[in-house]
Amino acid sequence: MTSVVVTVMPKQGVLDPQGQAVRGALERLGFAGVGEVRIGKRIELEIAGDDPAGAAREMCERLLANQLIEDYRVEVPG
Amino acid sequence: MTVAVVRFPGTLDHDSARRAVERLGAPAVWAWHADPELPPGTTAVVLPGGFSYGDHLRCGAIASRAPVMADVRRHAERGGRVIGICNGFQVLCEAGLLPGALRRNATLSFVCRQMELEVGDPDTPWTAGLPAGATLSIPVKNNEGAWYGDPGEARVVLRYRAGNPLGSVDRVAGIANRAGNVMGLMPHPEEAADPLLGSTDGLRVLAGVSG
Repeated sequence: MTSVVVTVMPKQGVLDPQGQAVRGALERLGFAGVGEVRIGKRIELEIAGDDPAGAAREMCERLLANQLIEDYRVEVPG
Repeated sequence: MTVAVVRFPGTLDHDSARRAVERLGAPAVWAWHADPELPPGTTAVVLPGGFSYGDHLRCGAIASRAPVMADVRRHAERGGRVIGICNGFQVLCEAGLLPGALRRNATLSFVCRQMELEVGDPDTPWTAGLPAGATLSIPVKNNEGAWYGDPGEARVVLRYRAGNPLGSVDRVAGIANRAGNVMGLMPHPEEAADPLLGSTDGLRVLAGVSG
């Protein structure tokens, strides 16, 4: 089994109200100089086979990400 | 005529949806998410609201890949009528049967209130007998109801009349595919189906399941 990490993020240009709310809260706590905040998700998978990254990409295309509003990144930590 | 009301694990509004359909005089039957096919003789499909699969991953994402959805797709491609309400709308978008996606409300809050809607496209089965601009009073209750997409790819059937509390592109409350036979909306027509509920306007939309 190979550990694979998938990161799914809202696409650039798609409003991220969660990120905006967190940015506002950080400002209220006195953290100056925070620019854009974007919130996505990290999915950790254990995948068998010789092409775990390829399999993870297919999983992203078919289920894990909605490519209309989200981008994904597949990493196999060394 | 038989209207199949589909239930997924976590569907909540199936009873009220079925009751509203039956109020229109349409016989209704249940369909289960794991069924390989819709019940025999199905002429229209209702995907009711709720929290299918606990809203995990994305609202509607897992339900849209459930076994029964393959037959819902075939039914839609044959021109059969399909209406998705709230979570059902999310399922139809995730299934690619309607364009766009539903995102977190701009307010980041659950919105539950009666809404005034205006008819944007009178030439659909779901707006039969209603002129463009007609007002319908139907409640919304959702957390992920902001439609995002290109209105040019859809028929905008219903818009929020005053304001845009969820943050939808183009004030979209409900859209149909180009052919008009597949409809999705965030407001709940089955909760505006009895004078006791304060409005029967939802029946005007749900009447699209017949014929």
